[in-house]
Amino acid sequence: MTQQLDSSQLLSMLDSSKLLVVCGSGGVGKTTMSAALGALAATHLHKKVLVLTVDPARRLADALGLQAIGNAVVQVDAKAFKEAGVVPQGQLFAAMIDTKASWDDLIHRHAPTPAIAQRVLANALYTNLTERFVHSHDYIAMERLYDVYQSNAYDLVVVDTPPSRNALDVLDAPKRMRDFFDSRLLQLLTTPAQSRVVSLMSKPFFQVADRILGARFLTSITEFFTLFRTMEKGFVERANKVESVLRNTDTKFAVVTTLEVAPAFEAEYLLTELQSRSFLLGALIANRVLPLALANQTSAALANDRSLVGPETLQAAAAAAGLPAPSTQQCERVLATLWKASQDVVAASAVEQSRLDKLSHSCSKSGANVLTAQYVSGEITDMKGIVALGESLSGR
Amino acid sequence: MDSKGAVANALGVSLLGFEPTEVSPRLFAMAMNTQDSLREYIRLFVRIPLITSIGPLAKMFDFVASAAPGVKEILAVGKLCWEVREKNYDIVIVDAEASGHIVAQIEAPRTLTNIVQVGLIRDQTKWMQEILHDSSRTGVVVVTTPEEMPVVETIELLDTLSAKSSVAVAAVVANRVSGDIFTDRDLPLFAALQAFAGSQQCTAQQQALLTAPLSAVEIAVDRRTHAVTHLALLAQRLRSPSIPLVVLPDVAVNQHNPRQLNEQLAAALSEELS
Repeated sequence: MTQQLDSSQLLSMLDSSKLLVVCGSGGVGKTTMSAALGALAATHLHKKVLVLTVDPARRLADALGLQAIGNAVVQVDAKAFKEAGVVPQGQLFAAMIDTKASWDDLIHRHAPTPAIAQRVLANALYTNLTERFVHSHDYIAMERLYDVYQSNAYDLVVVDTPPSRNALDVLDAPKRMRDFFDSRLLQLLTTPAQSRVVSLMSKPFFQVADRILGARFLTSITEFFTLFRTMEKGFVERANKVESVLRNTDTKFAVVTTLEVAPAFEAEYLLTELQSRSFLLGALIANRVLPLALANQTSAALANDRSLVGPETLQAAAAAAGLPAPSTQQCERVLATLWKASQDVVAASAVEQSRLDKLSHSCSKSGANVLTAQYVSGEITDMKGIVALGESLSGR
Repeated sequence: MDSKGAVANALGVSLLGFEPTEVSPRLFAMAMNTQDSLREYIRLFVRIPLITSIGPLAKMFDFVASAAPGVKEILAVGKLCWEVREKNYDIVIVDAEASGHIVAQIEAPRTLTNIVQVGLIRDQTKWMQEILHDSSRTGVVVVTTPEEMPVVETIELLDTLSAKSSVAVAAVVANRVSGDIFTDRDLPLFAALQAFAGSQQCTAQQQALLTAPLSAVEIAVDRRTHAVTHLALLAQRLRSPSIPLVVLPDVAVNQHNPRQLNEQLAAALSEELS
């Protein structure tokens, strides 16, 4: 059976963390859950909490007060907490990640001279690499995370990771950047052309590369990487630091999932991979779960004598509601649907619980909190809903 | 494009590799691996098979495939287009990257055309684009569920595809759409019974029988009501330009086994399209 929810354990995990990285597949409510965890920490702990998100849905962004695109940090208005019926002991801040602006910031920071920064920013390859290709988002997310972490401006940073088919690409981004600068390829590309000719090993590579990409592109990419390499020290140092932050004892990971077949499968994969990489797993959160207690009560109720409620009960209900008198046939149809639909809910809940058991087992050795958030009607689009979601998690 | 084995799981086979596996008669599956794709590319086009077996150079090409930005996308799309061009299969179905990445992926050949002026790869991006931009040969199928976020993201993706891509959208599939629990005619009676169960007219025994099942079914009705609203929003977006909407039932409700789930879904899809 799944572990029982313990609110103090969740708060204690949040209290002992400086960074909480929230992972999960798309569509499971990861961004809303990140905001809810941030709101929970700000409500109960004397902390300055930042929720860093990539691309929140418009209404959720509005709920957090994130009205404009950009990297600016905004504080969630204390009034929003008041409207949600709580008095926060801490403060909650939110920020989005603007990939292009963040890349430009990085170039300015690492370029040895402003002139080199300008040359990189003006390079057509740079625009293509930072705007169009997939993994640039991953790297930037890790960069922003490190920025706010090391600024010490916040006691806790909750990071909603970018929607990636493979959420681990994000975590591997710093290593990829370091490998990139370490690579033989970059060394070869940035070696002056006359030296390349003498290298027996590089010759076949350049022959192949020339043939595939064309000499002109190779020249242009060489120029770009030569400029980029002037920033190696800064980038490699940062990549190492980002990686070490991810492995700090005050950095925890949370996996959010729903208990449907595909998201649960992805969550299982994430749990296994995070643990195999020795990241600290703080929580497994199953979102939009059918209430187990209700399913159990329904199952027990259905064992009662169902003849206690018959067509005449529905006719009395209709009369009380001022509806026209239903036929016996209609009443029987409604009752048959009621019993069948309630059995379906019980069965669906059983399937969910068995998936949750499996997921709990996958992270049992990590000591992670196993939490559930029950199904709520509609989408969460305001602070009231965000706060309530966090509170429901903590069992309060 | 899946690296975690979700497709293998759905098809009921062990992990898939780059070499296609016949998972059932006339159905083949493979997992994209850009390093293998690069090796195959070099073998096919550069015709220097030896190069891929020389240690340091092989490592270097592995690096190109896994680390250099953009190479992954073109290798993946290139491999798919190659299978289409060679007519190795009657149809190639791609379980693509997350929706935020799909435009970068399918337009990778065009992006490379903009940055590579000459060379083998530029010539090849031409035929890749011919395949991708021909609506009789290539179509994007956007899959969603009838919930607010997925529907909003689908509409945004359709707008992005139309603005930034020349690949046609073949259809939108709304998956896991549960049917009406009650007909419009019966729904008021269900509401009346809910009110009745909370009233003094209802006996304690009747309450014991009704309260929990009514609350449980209320969740199912609530989900359906929201699904209808979101589907209506989606259908409105699909009217102009007209894009077919395929609606599939929620077969996952009581299904535990991924392969059986897959078969049920295939049957539902077949029924919907017939």
